[in-house]
Amino acid sequence: MNAATMLDTTPAPAILAGRGGLFGRLSDLFWRRPRFLLLLLLAPPLLWLGIVYLGSLFALLLQSFFSIDEFSGLIRYEPTLKTYGELLQPANLDIILRSIVMAALVTLASGVVAFPIAYYAARYARGKWKALFYLGVMLPLWSSYLVKVYAWKLILAKEGILNWLFAELHLTWLLDAWLSLPIVGGNSLSFSYTGTFIVFLYAWMPFMILPTQAALERVPANLLEASADLGATPGQTFRNVLFPLAVPGLVAGSIFTFSLTLGDYIIPQIIGTSRLFLGQAVYAHQGTAGNIPLAAAFTVVPIVVMGLYLWMAKRMGAFDAL
Amino acid sequence: MTPAVSFQAISRHFGRVKAVDRVDLDIARGEFFAMLGPSGSGKTTCLRLIAGFEQPTAGHIEIFGETAEGVPPYRRNVNTVFQDYALFPHLNVADNVAYGLMVRGVGRRQRMQRAAEALDLVQLAGYGERRPGQLSGGQRQRVALARALINEPKVLLLDEPLGALDLKLREQMQEELKALQKKLGITFVFVTHDQGEALSMADRVAVFNEGRVMQVGTPQEIYQRPVSRFVADFVGSSNVVPPDFVERVCGKRAWGSLRPEAIRIDPPERGTGVNAQVLSSSYLGAATRLTLDAEGLRLQATVPSGTTVPQVGEAVALGFDPDALHIMEGEA
Repeated sequence: MNAATMLDTTPAPAILAGRGGLFGRLSDLFWRRPRFLLLLLLAPPLLWLGIVYLGSLFALLLQSFFSIDEFSGLIRYEPTLKTYGELLQPANLDIILRSIVMAALVTLASGVVAFPIAYYAARYARGKWKALFYLGVMLPLWSSYLVKVYAWKLILAKEGILNWLFAELHLTWLLDAWLSLPIVGGNSLSFSYTGTFIVFLYAWMPFMILPTQAALERVPANLLEASADLGATPGQTFRNVLFPLAVPGLVAGSIFTFSLTLGDYIIPQIIGTSRLFLGQAVYAHQGTAGNIPLAAAFTVVPIVVMGLYLWMAKRMGAFDAL
Repeated sequence: MTPAVSFQAISRHFGRVKAVDRVDLDIARGEFFAMLGPSGSGKTTCLRLIAGFEQPTAGHIEIFGETAEGVPPYRRNVNTVFQDYALFPHLNVADNVAYGLMVRGVGRRQRMQRAAEALDLVQLAGYGERRPGQLSGGQRQRVALARALINEPKVLLLDEPLGALDLKLREQMQEELKALQKKLGITFVFVTHDQGEALSMADRVAVFNEGRVMQVGTPQEIYQRPVSRFVADFVGSSNVVPPDFVERVCGKRAWGSLRPEAIRIDPPERGTGVNAQVLSSSYLGAATRLTLDAEGLRLQATVPSGTTVPQVGEAVALGFDPDALHIMEGEA
């Protein structure tokens, strides 16, 4: 278009008229008041999270300050710390300790197993292999959790494939030696803490791999080059650069594995000894026993443990690189 | 004396792409050497070959006379200032600078003292406690420099270190880098796509194109006697003149180059043989640059301020000293 034809036509206004209509006016309103749009978007989830979820959680926690009448089995609605006293009885302390140790071991092992997988996915996998990685990590999450746990029961059973494999490799003596150990051993893998540990480790692995992979993906490759350039061996680069920068991801993953292990009541019921874990205790007390106050007190334990864990992680500088 | 860095028929292929293609290069000890070229010309790959981040597909590299291929980066006494600085975000400035000493097992007290000295050298004394995220681009650049220098490398590699800085800061850093290099006497190898930077800073320049070295020489040689059309084009705004034109002026049939400041603008009646018309003019302060149409050939000419500048559309005659027309031997 040359200048002459531009002058011929009616000049376009510098300010265009509003689009009109409900949506046009809404667009203008949202542009002028972005906070209003934010409120509109956040209100439903906040109501859900704030009232329905947190509200019921607090209602449950409140129950822990009530107690149960030993004779009638009815709840006495008077604030008391009696239930917490009950929580600290040796039998219940055992449950708490057992759960925390199991959760800690599962978390530690997940970190060790997940890191190389996450590292491979973040640094080397491209295109097709990356898709395969995501598929491999997510696929177990798509099938029923119960099916997987029962599958593990069969794998770990005395007549199971794992025993058979050990026998074929002439390593039955090794398995027997392990099972004869105190605490970790048992009648067979599916009736031992070792079995519970293996299934927990399997079940929560994706929750450790994905955040770790995300954290490793954010580490620029040139930081690793800079470290090598300045004279660091691969081991030193891992300790001083890669690992510290992956810690936020590992901590995020450990929050999942730790709290999932503390809360789960199905895996230890199907695989392992008859000794209870936290989730089972909560389930038993609020269900058949009808002791809601004690169930609520048990629920407080993972919350306190996670709070302490995060506070310590922050103190140790786990989130400094964020 | 053996050169600081010696490339002998070095190639680096990525699949079918020849990023570096049979390069021979000697970088002398204590010199400020620039690798100049457009992006994808192989200059950065050459730098990475010296650092040890890449291994050559073929050929032989020597650093101070010692074989370098197959030697990992952490065993080379060569340090790099990265293009985007690559400072460790989880360490403060002092720990970043002292990193090279830390991994070599130097004690904390001595480390911190030398980090403070290195920061002093780049005029960042007192910044040790800060995080890299709290620094400006120019300050980060200095931290990266201090970090690379603390190991007292035999060769310092700089990968477009000034690219992210604004003009004023860039000019200041150019001066400082040059002064620092003179003071320390370390061999600097500097990668850039900015010909002005290469010419003003380097003792010698290698011009890269498509994985090959087109020309190596002092800035004066590169600027005044480019061997090929590519070099003339890329280094400065030299006019490339085709064989027809060169034949008319000096009787020899070859490609030539003519620097804009060598062209004299005369009134048309002077009749030097080449008539031209002014197509456009842009005022540069110290001079005015004219784009001319000389009988179908487009030429750039600069006229110093204070002399009469022809108007756009005016017919002029061009004059130049035949010696100023440089014949490019490397161009067929």
